[in-house]
Amino acid sequence: MLQVENLDVVIDSKPILENVSLTVADSEIVAVLGPSGSGKSTFLRAIAGLVEAATGDIRWDGRSIANVPTHRRGFGLMFQGYALFPHMNVGENVGFGLKMAGKDDIAGQVEEALSWVGLEGFGSRQVESLSGGEQQRVALARTLAPRPDLVMLDEPLGALDRNLRQKLVTDTREVLEERDVTAIVVTHDREEASALSDRLALMRSGTIVQTGHLEELLAHPADEWVAEFIA
Amino acid sequence: MKRIRWGWVAVAAPPVIFIGYFFVYPLIRILVLGLSELSVGASGVEARLIRVGWFTLWQATVSTVLTFLAAGPLTWAVSSFEFKGRRLAMALATVPFVLPTVVVGTAFVALGWQESIGAILAAHVFFNVAVVVRTVSTLWSRIDPRIQEAARVLGASEWDVFWRITLRLLRPAIAAAASIVFLFTFTSFGVILILGGFRYATLEVEIYRQAVTLFDLPLAAALAIVQLVGVSGALYWYSRYQERTAVSWTLERGTNLRRPKGRARTGVLFATLGTLIALAIPLSTLVSRSVTGTYYQALFRDDPVVGVPAHSVLNSLVFAVAATLLATIIGVLAATVITGRSGELSRWFDLTLMLPLGTSAVTIGFGFIVALDWPVDLRATRWLVPAAHALVAIPFVVRSTVPTLRSVPAETRDAARVLGASPFRVWREIDLPIVSRAGMVGAAFAFVISLGEFGATSFVARPASATIPTMIFRLLSRPGQTSFGMAMALSVVLAGLTAAVVMAIDRARFGELGSF
Repeated sequence: MLQVENLDVVIDSKPILENVSLTVADSEIVAVLGPSGSGKSTFLRAIAGLVEAATGDIRWDGRSIANVPTHRRGFGLMFQGYALFPHMNVGENVGFGLKMAGKDDIAGQVEEALSWVGLEGFGSRQVESLSGGEQQRVALARTLAPRPDLVMLDEPLGALDRNLRQKLVTDTREVLEERDVTAIVVTHDREEASALSDRLALMRSGTIVQTGHLEELLAHPADEWVAEFIA
Repeated sequence: MKRIRWGWVAVAAPPVIFIGYFFVYPLIRILVLGLSELSVGASGVEARLIRVGWFTLWQATVSTVLTFLAAGPLTWAVSSFEFKGRRLAMALATVPFVLPTVVVGTAFVALGWQESIGAILAAHVFFNVAVVVRTVSTLWSRIDPRIQEAARVLGASEWDVFWRITLRLLRPAIAAAASIVFLFTFTSFGVILILGGFRYATLEVEIYRQAVTLFDLPLAAALAIVQLVGVSGALYWYSRYQERTAVSWTLERGTNLRRPKGRARTGVLFATLGTLIALAIPLSTLVSRSVTGTYYQALFRDDPVVGVPAHSVLNSLVFAVAATLLATIIGVLAATVITGRSGELSRWFDLTLMLPLGTSAVTIGFGFIVALDWPVDLRATRWLVPAAHALVAIPFVVRSTVPTLRSVPAETRDAARVLGASPFRVWREIDLPIVSRAGMVGAAFAFVISLGEFGATSFVARPASATIPTMIFRLLSRPGQTSFGMAMALSVVLAGLTAAVVMAIDRARFGELGSF
């Protein structure tokens, strides 16, 4: 279980996140939904340890991880734009986390992870030769391959065109559910958010305004902005 | 909380020490020496400065204008049309540019054109046509054709479109190419030393004569200051111009090339073949004249004055390996600092490291003999040669490495960290593999530069450690057909070596990331 409590993040003396609290239960998928520039990506980066929290605490299974460096947190983060390693092929990209963990039989696990996203046999392909949709799936496989405790997806479908998005929303959801992962998905798209997640957290100007299921939010919006944004 | 990042200090120290001792410190010594000479106002100094300065300026200006006129037809053809052999034509037109200046000089002597202003201008045009063709066509072929079509619809003739639209849009590329050509010809040394005889001297040649032949170091230093002012002025003008004309318009991502039809077809044919044939004449003359005697065999015979000329090939290769190692290590470390996330330091580094590019090779070599007697006298060691070559090559290594390092988004490193890589493993798995590939290209550039370097080498190479270019120059300076034939043969050897390395770079660039 992930618990974020009263998190403040300040970058270049500008407050980006203010007093953000969120709990994600085991096997739950929460979508953080908000307009661009509302601090959603920074929220994920703070949980991953890529940016430091000014105040507040982040706990995993009750233990504070605020002082654990990024590479020891054991979380997965799929970046907006994927951040695939340009000098490695598909298999090396997907196997990177396993290699860092010192695992055996990396090749077998890479092939398995590729099969989750329907890219069997893509291991030796070069990253640049892939289409946008294929790159998205490689990034997803790379994030899932080390079986992280928590999976974070930053605008997982943001860079793709509309038709592809509709298909990949369903696929991504399936992959996440089959793995029974705990996940946070960040997006600015309401439909994508509700299709991918069990619960929504609405973020605006660095603060979480309201959390709940889509129906609850539609029925009882906290304020006018929420009503308008999810309508 | 400010911590000293010792990792950065370790990375930044070798470039700082190297550039500081071999470049910044000699430059200061030149300034001190030259300014005292200028303030004394020794008799005749002023008149000489004006005469040499004026010749340097006008020959550079005329060379630049002539280069544009000569490059115009081919630039038009490769920017507007797709035709068979287009890429090959571009590649062939680039050959003169990668040739060492002594080879170009020797080729024009082989044509029988020495000691004339015509030979100097022709050699400059020959050398620089590729700069104009490549720089301008890159932009020209990407102009959105709808802009030109819009002008046609509004009633502009084809000539109006070219004059009022295309040429205006091309101004940034034309300015870039013009300033590069101007800088190259303003600081031209090898070509003028070989083709100018005693009658024509640019600042570079005059610095060399005063320092090496007449041993008037203060006067040479004064000339070097004038040279520095001229070069910095040109660079400053260019950067100001770029700022002012930094207009952006929608460039097409791909190129807009048509197939030539009718009259255009004939035009393309004449433009391409005419340019290539003209460019081929000096080189083919050099090669064919070099095989008309036993000149190649003579390179292996011991000569009472210059020794065995073929030994210079060995010297050059040893120096090139040393210079390449030095330039690559220093350049890659410097590129790491420049692209690192440490604001001030990065910007300062970027600027300082580009300075050797703006300074001429002659000034670098001259600085060595003026300054490197402290703290110990290094001037007699042969290893000054690779140090000078490395200094000339470092900006090129940095320039070929920085874009690659910058093209790695910060998120790539973040992604590795999230996947469990410690800071050291991030460097080991991400930065090192990427930088070593770019470094390979930079290293090859350094190797080519070292092989052909003449300006700095002419100051620091000892007779016993002559490189190929200095040996060619010594052979050219001697009277007699055999000496000249040997110079031609050695030039062909140097051109061949250079071509081999350049071809290797080209293949590496197409094969690898392809992002240069």
